[in-house]
This record gives sequence, C-alpha cells and structure tokens, in this order.
Amino acid sequence: MTTITARGLVQTFHTGQGKKKVPVRAVDGIDLDVAEGEVVGFLGPNGAGKTTTLRMLTTLLKPTAGTATVAGYDVATQPVQVRRSIGYCSQVGSTFSGAYAGDEVVDHGRLYGMSKADAVAKGHDLFDRLQLDGLWRRMPKNMSGGQKRRLDIAMALIHSPSLVFLDEPTTGLDPQARANLWQHIADLRSEQGATVFLTTHYLDEADALADRIVIIDKGRIVASDTSDNLKAQVAGDLVSVEVATDEQVAVARDKLASIAETVEVAGRVVSGRVSRAAKVVPGLLRDLESSGATLEAIEVARPTLDDVFLTLTGRSLRDAEAAAEAADEGAAQDHTDEGVPA
Amino acid sequence: MTTFLHDSFIVFNRQLRMNLRNPAWVIIGMLQPVLYLLLFGPLLEPVIAQLGGNKYTWFVPGMLVQLGIFGAFFAGFSLIGEWREGVIEAERVTPASRAALLFGRLYRDLLQLLVQALILVGLGLVLGMDFNGAGIVLGVVLTILLGGACAAASNAFALTVKSEDVMAPVINLVMMPVLLLSGILLPMSFGAGWLDRLADFMPIRHVVDAVRGAFFGDYDVSTLGWGVGWTVALFGAAIWWGVSVFRRENA
Repeated sequence: MTTITARGLVQTFHTGQGKKKVPVRAVDGIDLDVAEGEVVGFLGPNGAGKTTTLRMLTTLLKPTAGTATVAGYDVATQPVQVRRSIGYCSQVGSTFSGAYAGDEVVDHGRLYGMSKADAVAKGHDLFDRLQLDGLWRRMPKNMSGGQKRRLDIAMALIHSPSLVFLDEPTTGLDPQARANLWQHIADLRSEQGATVFLTTHYLDEADALADRIVIIDKGRIVASDTSDNLKAQVAGDLVSVEVATDEQVAVARDKLASIAETVEVAGRVVSGRVSRAAKVVPGLLRDLESSGATLEAIEVARPTLDDVFLTLTGRSLRDAEAAAEAADEGAAQDHTDEGVPA
Repeated sequence: MTTFLHDSFIVFNRQLRMNLRNPAWVIIGMLQPVLYLLLFGPLLEPVIAQLGGNKYTWFVPGMLVQLGIFGAFFAGFSLIGEWREGVIEAERVTPASRAALLFGRLYRDLLQLLVQALILVGLGLVLGMDFNGAGIVLGVVLTILLGGACAAASNAFALTVKSEDVMAPVINLVMMPVLLLSGILLPMSFGAGWLDRLADFMPIRHVVDAVRGAFFGDYDVSTLGWGVGWTVALFGAAIWWGVSVFRRENA
C-alpha cells in the first residue's frame, strides 16, 4: 500500500526585481512513492527543493504541474482530507513563544475537530512519551531547543495521523538533543505505526533513521534506495596508506595500483578505492612489508552518503552546501566515517 | 458554516487567552480613550464654544472612530510574530477553514474595541455628553465595522509583506492623511472650504460625520447614507482581501 504517490511534481517560483521576473523551477518533475510504514529520508543540500516538495505534499503549496496523492487523497482537489490524515512538523516551529505548551497542543487538536477532553488526554499522553512531562504549563520561549522540537512533534501528532512529515527535525540542536530526538523519531513507527517522511541535509541523520533514502539535487531526484545499496554503487572502500619516507611512496603507489582502479598521492599518503577491502588489504600489507616499505598509518573507510552524493552529482554535499552554510557557523556538520584505524 | 464558527471560536479563544496573559497591552488599550478624553477634551473647549452644542458630543464620536481605526491598524503586528514562529503554517496544515483563521483574530480585535468604546462612551456620558441611545448604538456599530475593516486589512497586509519594518512606515503613511482629513479631532466643515472639499475624498471622513451626527441624534439621510455606505464597503473589501490572503498558498 503506498501512502504517497507523486508524478511529475513541479513548482516554479518567480524571482527577481521589478518587471524582469525569472522563473525558477525549484522542484523540477519529481516522481515519488512511499509505502505505508516506511521511514523515508529526503536528503539534499539546502535549496535543493526538499521543503518545497514537502509543502506541496502537505497542501501548503499548489503544484505548478504534476499530481500527488497523499493518504489516498489528491493534494490539489482534496486538500482538507489530506490535512486530516497527515501530521506536519515544519522547520520553523509551530507554537507561539508566549503561550503555554499544553494550551497550544490542545487548541491545535481542536482545529482537527477533536473534543477538548480528547485533545487534553492525547496531549498529556504525547507529553509523557516525548519526555515533556511537567512542561504542560511552560512557555516555548523558556524551553530548550530539544524540548521545543519535541513539542513541535507533539503538535504534529495530536490527531494521531498515520503519516508524519518532518522538515529538518534536528537542525540547530546539540548532539545529545539530536540523538534523543532520533530515538523519538524512530519510535514514531515502532510505537505508533506511523509512516515517516523526513527531510534532512545531514548524512548521518538519513543514515541513522531512514529505511530508504531519496536524494534530491537541484529540484530533481537523483537516487532512491537503501543506504547500503546507495553506498554499494560507489566503487569500493577507500584505502589510505601512509609510508615512512618519500622513497617508499612509489612502491606503495605501485602496490595499491595493482588492486585499485585509480590511486591518488598526497605527500606520503597514497589512497585508492578497492572493492571488498577486508579481503585484499591483508595481502597488500604483506606485499608492502616484503618490499621493505614501513607503514606510518593505514585507514580503510566504508563509502559514506557523501561519497554517494559526489558520485551521483559530481560534487560533494558539503561543497553544495558551502555557500548556504557559510553564514551559519552553528550548524557544524558532524560527518561519521566508518573508519578503521590500523 | 458550523465548522467555520467552531474553528473561528477556537482561534478566538486562543488569541483572547494570549492577550489576557499580557495585561499591559489590555490596560494601555483601555487607558488610551480615557487619557484622550480627560487631557485633550478640555483643550477643545474654546473651539467647540464657537460651534455650539455639547463639547463631548462633538468630541467622543471622533475619539471613537480614531480608536476603531488606529488600534486595529496595529493588529497585523502580532500576526507577523505568529507567522515567524510557524503558528500560521501549523494552523494552515489543519483542516480548519481559512476564513476562520482570520475571523478568530478579528473577534479578538473587535471585542477589545467594543470594550474600549463602552469605556469611552460611559466616561463621555459621565462628563456630560448628550444621551441619544439609538444614535450611540448606531455610532458604536459603525465604529466596530470600521475597526473590523482596518484589522482585516492590517492582517492581510501583514501576511503579505511579513515584515514589521515594512508595516510600520506604511501604517504611518496611511494614518497621517486619515488623521488630518477625516475630522477626527475637529469637524472638517469647521475649516476652509477647499479643505472641506478635499476631505470629501477621504472615506473615513464620511464615517466620522455619520457617527457624530448619530451621537447628536441628527439622522440626516445623506450624511448617514454616505457614512454607512462607506463603512459597509470598506468592511466588505477588507474582509475579502483578508480571507483571500489567508486562503492563498504560501501565505
């Protein structure tokens, strides 16, 4: 059973000053299928069209072209039915900083047609589950970043939707708060059986949470698969060898070249991609030893989603993001390589 | 329709609760008419003496309309704050009627205006304003409709520009001619002929004249007609604008 089906989804914005309006295709023909119960990570750099796609799927923005069916209803012609079925947690938040958290959640539930008693009961239940107990009469302005995000998730879940959209759920959170939120997002499916569609520009987030990763770049979907399958598309593991002296670099390069397609040399570090590193690296080490090379360091890194992005788009996710992130020094991207120190 | 009423009352309740939690604004809002009446009213004495009639019956209607317009013009500011925090988007992703999201906020503004109007009229009566029951009711109703129009327009404008930095100068730009050409402080007919003619082009001048006429118990058909006509027209246009902005995607 698919719960999201999009075909040829397009959103064209008009930018520019005065009479010279330049049409920009922010989302440029997207096809998407999400099955019930799936957790899908929508990954791409800032400005790739993630939020715009999300806003079309949540009826906040009318598609310029194409169709989308969400929870069985057409987003363009049956927006009210779509809204009843989905929960949406936007990037900017959902509650007024000077209102009581509990009041905001209850009022939100009542806009979905819940009775006050039901909304209060469900609200307290969500506060317990999301570790917000005791914060019912706290104002969001007096909450931590992590608490506020969990409150936004409580808002999105108040009417028990079967499909939840989360837009950049952990942006701006510190590492502990992120890890905590990831657990709650994982619980959305395991405890509440919800389908989760989340956008992120964090590789580790998509890796940690999503069954399937959909990569978007410049308004187009460039890949859609499991994290492991995407990584398998990249040609092998990255093996880097550092030798003790400059004379040994040539030897190391020759030995690595015999098992890797292309070899790069940077100073005394020689690196190349090999398939199935675990099988060939012991042999490489023996070869190097017998030819008299002394190793300072060896590192074997599994491909990362960043490598996948680079392979698919010709630039790294970080480069694609550099301009947008330059101003935002707080959002340091912690990139987890599965490095094997020697 | 029931959904609309249900939804708009939820929005209204939420707004009212937040307003009452910040009583400073409520108190300032209530004090405003009192201060105008007590501190500005006496200044008018010599001028009003030349016009004849009760000075508070001249003055209170102008103050009433001023309250209706100027308080409501600022309604949009709180909407920008809510929009920035994602509240509007969160409300728009619920199945609630879009018009209810606007009307719930208008009820709050109109309730505040009604309370202010009652304080102003009550105080005016205490100070010796003529008592024309029907006229006062008509004047207050016109004021509330005009206030609703201004609040709806302010909300629509706020959600269009989404910036206090744009809002503030534009409100000043609009308020200046309104204040000078609608006879809020003194009737326009009191001034030079050319100024009186010029003021005819200011819709709110006709509303002020009608409210003032009603307070005097002088139901001149032409004056009332123009006043009521403009009030209803402004109200209809502003509500249409407001609802269409809340309905529009990407608002």
